[in-house]
Amino acid sequence: MTTALYIILAVVIVGSALGTIMSRNAVYAALYLALNFMSVALLYLFLGAPFIALVQVTVYAGSIMVLFIFVIMLLGAERLAASENLRGQRFLAIALGVVLLAILGTVFISRAELTGIVTPPTAVDFGSPRQIGTALYTQYWLPVMITSMLLLVATVGAILLTRGEGTSIRDNLKRVDEKEQADQEE
Amino acid sequence: MTINDLNTILPLVVLAGWSVVVLLADLWIPKDRKGWTAALSAVGLVVVLGLTLARGGTVQKAFFGTVLVDGFALYLDIIFLVGGLAGIALAYDYLKRMELERGEYYPLLLIAISGMMLMTYANDLIIVFLALELLSLPLYIMAGFARFNLQSEEAALKYFLLGSFASGLVLYGVALLFGASGHTDLPGLVNTMRAGTGNQALFLFGAALLLVGFSFKTGIVPFHMWMPDVYQGAPSPATAFMSVGAKAAGFAALMRVFVTVFPSLSDDLTPILWALAAITMVVGNVLAISQKNIKRLLAYSSIAQSGYLLMAFVPYANAEVSSDSIAAMLFYLLAYTLTTFGAWAVIIQMEQQERRGLEVADYAGLGKRHPWLGLAMTIFMLSFTGVPLTLGFWGKFYLFSTAVEGGFVGLALIGLLTSVVSAFYYLRVVVVMYMQPGDPPVKQNRWVNLTALLAAAVVVGLAFIPGSVLDLALQAVLQLQ
Repeated sequence: MTTALYIILAVVIVGSALGTIMSRNAVYAALYLALNFMSVALLYLFLGAPFIALVQVTVYAGSIMVLFIFVIMLLGAERLAASENLRGQRFLAIALGVVLLAILGTVFISRAELTGIVTPPTAVDFGSPRQIGTALYTQYWLPVMITSMLLLVATVGAILLTRGEGTSIRDNLKRVDEKEQADQEE
Repeated sequence: MTINDLNTILPLVVLAGWSVVVLLADLWIPKDRKGWTAALSAVGLVVVLGLTLARGGTVQKAFFGTVLVDGFALYLDIIFLVGGLAGIALAYDYLKRMELERGEYYPLLLIAISGMMLMTYANDLIIVFLALELLSLPLYIMAGFARFNLQSEEAALKYFLLGSFASGLVLYGVALLFGASGHTDLPGLVNTMRAGTGNQALFLFGAALLLVGFSFKTGIVPFHMWMPDVYQGAPSPATAFMSVGAKAAGFAALMRVFVTVFPSLSDDLTPILWALAAITMVVGNVLAISQKNIKRLLAYSSIAQSGYLLMAFVPYANAEVSSDSIAAMLFYLLAYTLTTFGAWAVIIQMEQQERRGLEVADYAGLGKRHPWLGLAMTIFMLSFTGVPLTLGFWGKFYLFSTAVEGGFVGLALIGLLTSVVSAFYYLRVVVVMYMQPGDPPVKQNRWVNLTALLAAAVVVGLAFIPGSVLDLALQAVLQLQ
């Protein structure tokens, strides 16, 4: 039963990932990605990590994907360019990807002695919100603090790169336009 | 978390805290007085440098063993902090002159340095990844600081997109290593590998992904494509800072992770490292020959330097040679840092509005009109080439000799030959400066001048006592293990 569910889930995950990179419409790609996040969340649930699964749904499939779709719709950027800029890039990428998968597959199937299985943790409440919270604010206190610095930098950067001092976004866009025109005239 | 933990990484805590304070204080500093922000940041760096030196190189662990402070961290931290001071000295006048002045530049620089310092402390792959992000994110922003310049925008976007891709690969590598062993801390990984209980195939794949990610950050061929465009497009002081900081931090991560964790994979990794070092040296030096823009020239030169640095890495699993070769690498990093900052200081004085004054041809007459700047630039070009009486010579000498010691004579030979090739384009700058007539306009600024002349003096001065510098580097390495 579990195996059958796992196989169905695996097919959905890989299929939606392929859909994300192959669809020519950005909105479809984003929806495929949301599906991918949801099915990965189910995988986490299978592994006995309900908290992580819920975070995956609320944070990734929820807020981040909504933001993605919002931005795509707002900019009207749903049509992706049909042609590729680098010629032959897709063919090369597919060929190299297949080679990589083939090598990995050979190693994992034929050289089984190299692929020992790491025993997963067996504590009953492993992955519970309580345990994760305790780990985050004891053992991983430093990484949490660094992440907060990262978010600060990201905020400062976003403000800095989009807004000038005392100038509105429209003024900035105008300046860029003028600059582009001047560049073209040269 | 206890007070002891914080005390162990006190310099980092002070630096990160100070950067936030400066970021806030900057809001009250009037627009035409941004020199105060620069000065505040510089004071912070000096204090942190003092704290770092006062703590010394005693080995201490903190935060459940996820960070480790030792002589290796001390050596690199001094490079980063002094580099930060040089970065501020180079930026202040330039930003004002180019009408890019925004107070946030300096706190961002401080945060980038905290990321680099964290990288030297990292004893856990999670910390390695976060440090990588903490140092990269401010650099992406700094690359796009000239917002109304399309080249700068392109540089920031290119650096950000490719950089996040590389970070993704590193993170994937970390995840696979965790899957292979059940550990993210370096000692745990080492023990699993020794005990042979891990998943070898996943382990190798994870190590390869880490190598790719770090190669991107350090600009190793074939992951170097972003460098010329980003170096050219970013404001020059930001380029100077990233070419030293990001590279040194990338190599710090490589050293820490590979030398401690992956010696058992050396059969598989050594040929790859060999090939990467060889291609990087050849491609970087050959492509640099045809460059006319000095910023692009230094970008390709920087790629080539990565190849030399990586060369020290090839015998990393040979315990007898590895400490020597890594000391040689640390030595070379010092020479590279000083020379790079010096050379960029000259470039910054030469750069005019609208990106003029950046062609090699613009340097005509510099040697005669501004003898001190000309002399300094000559010293830097000679040091990059590796001509005797400069620090760069000893750097290459130690690198090549440890490569031979490790049994990689072919690699040392490639290094030697490409150095000869590099003489062509480095010396061309010198020839243009002295042999061609011209009167280049130079925007003198005392801080930038000071950086250039000080760097030149140290590059020549330390070349007379290479042994004692190497001893320092050797001590730094011995405490790595």
